[in-house]
Amino acid sequence: MEKFLQLTLTGLTNGAILSLVALGFVLIYKASDVLNFAQGDFMVVGAFITYGLIVQVGLPWPAGILLAVIFAVLMGVTIERLILRPMIGEPIISVIMVTIGLSSLLRAFVSAIWGTTGRAFPAFLPSDPVNVLGATIGADRLIAIGLVAVLFALFTLFFRYNREGVAMRATADDQQAALSMGISVKRVFAIAWSIAAVTAVLAGIIVANIVGVSLAISFIGLTVFPVVILGGLDSIPGAVVGGVIIGLLQAYMAGYTPSYLALSTVIPFIVLLLILMVKPYGLFGEERIERV
Amino acid sequence: MESGIFHTTYESDMALRRTPWMRWRIYILLVLLAIFPFVANNYYLTLANQIGIVAIAAIGLNILTGFTGQISLGTGGFMAVGAYTSGLLAANLGLPWWLTIIIASIFTALVGGFFGIPSLRLKGLYLAMATLASQQIIEWAIIRSPLTGGVEALVLPMPTVFGRRANTEFGFYWVIFIILILVVFYAVNLFRSKIGRAFIAIRDQDIAAEVMGVNLFRYKILSFATSSFIIGMAGGMLANYRGIVSFERFTIEASIFYLAVIIIGGMGSVSGSIYGAIFMTLVPAILTNLGQTLGGSIPQMAKLIPFIRQGVFGLTIIIFLIFEPEGLAKIWRDIKDYLRLWPFSY
Repeated sequence: MEKFLQLTLTGLTNGAILSLVALGFVLIYKASDVLNFAQGDFMVVGAFITYGLIVQVGLPWPAGILLAVIFAVLMGVTIERLILRPMIGEPIISVIMVTIGLSSLLRAFVSAIWGTTGRAFPAFLPSDPVNVLGATIGADRLIAIGLVAVLFALFTLFFRYNREGVAMRATADDQQAALSMGISVKRVFAIAWSIAAVTAVLAGIIVANIVGVSLAISFIGLTVFPVVILGGLDSIPGAVVGGVIIGLLQAYMAGYTPSYLALSTVIPFIVLLLILMVKPYGLFGEERIERV
Repeated sequence: MESGIFHTTYESDMALRRTPWMRWRIYILLVLLAIFPFVANNYYLTLANQIGIVAIAAIGLNILTGFTGQISLGTGGFMAVGAYTSGLLAANLGLPWWLTIIIASIFTALVGGFFGIPSLRLKGLYLAMATLASQQIIEWAIIRSPLTGGVEALVLPMPTVFGRRANTEFGFYWVIFIILILVVFYAVNLFRSKIGRAFIAIRDQDIAAEVMGVNLFRYKILSFATSSFIIGMAGGMLANYRGIVSFERFTIEASIFYLAVIIIGGMGSVSGSIYGAIFMTLVPAILTNLGQTLGGSIPQMAKLIPFIRQGVFGLTIIIFLIFEPEGLAKIWRDIKDYLRLWPFSY
């Protein structure tokens, strides 16, 4: 029972991190119908920039994170303007491949500057073990769960009450109609990309705080695909629920199946294939009707 | 002087090579390719062999993605199936290498057809996700299976022809050369047949194709199987050519590489697949050489080369997609069109 609790807690925290990345992912998809393969690399960039600012430049950590977030906003806007805007109206494969190219480019920059070996991240979040119902968990992991909860609430409010948020939903629904109502679709895209970059950078910092900075962080970007498909590509609650389900599944698989099978790495993709066969639009996704 | 191509019969309009000069160009190219191994050194032969194998796999992927419009992120996985099937049959059962390649191709076609089943309900993004999942599952199965040797590389017995070693650069050049010609010939003719036209109809508008009587399920599975057959063949050839198989060559990076090859070469173009293969093999090779030359004077440079290669890879994809989404095939066609009527193009 204690093992079960422990695994559940680990799964929840990993799920929370997955959800955080998935939120940014869903945001981009909701606003602009783009599947961003570079989301994991945004995390890597964020983690390394923060590392550089805190350790190599020597800034105090709040300043480092603030600058990293500002950098993320600029990165999101620049990428949207230079790379994604020419892709509007192009076939899906072009849009997918352009983000894959972007991912390769970002990774090349990071490894050219910081090398390919992992480094220890300055631990600014307290990692003291906290006792929850008899299981122990690092405080930094609890903070991750908290951060996801806060961001989720903020996103929900943003999409319901904020002017930009409503404009974003309108754009996602029908770009032509949104344009004719006076919504600047370009502005919406820029906002979506910068918010997505910020969430990815924050997630990158949290993961780096737990496991250290390395290029391997970007693998989470791949695991996010099962999460968003499971939850529904255009659903914010879906991103959270999907993240938690995949996180828990991975934790249980790691805990209860023989480790030489490494089932925890493949289970998200098995889930992905199954959900695609049974319910392609995910648990909460909106089914799109196609017209010729 | 030519002022354009004007056909007077249907036969000449539908011919594969529509003017005598086009035919001659192919013959000259074939002769040059046949002379090449006798004059080139081992380094250039290695490059040519790499290009050949990449081109075969890229044609396979292009049939699925470029002609049928089904995005696949699973090329690496399907190549791995071909490579490991061929390798295991040769290593454990001692079958002759050419037979293992044929069996590997057929087996990969079956696996590809199986993973193509979700394509009936899924398209676009969702299908890309399904093939991504198949890539990850195949990769996992290979690493964890007791049969394949897992993370250890699988060593193949030496392929021989009439008792002589076949996988020297010179020897295997001929294997690749002949198979590449057969594959090109097959692919070019495929799209003049009923099946190929059904593929193109599905790409352009699948619902409309279905209304016109194209059996979507049948042709989508057929496209997956045909494409996987050729990709599996490339995998089997790669295994025998290297003499060693390791899963690291067949990860998601490989799938992305082949997608990049067909995008840069030209989606929906058989010759484009070859241009893409040449481009994507030569550019990294040139960068590596550049690094080695510069490495003597600037040691910092040599260390950066792998990252520069990766960056150039990403940047090339982005630039091609933004400025020439139809790839090298389109650029080459434009040049030819310009020169054909030069200097009087009206």
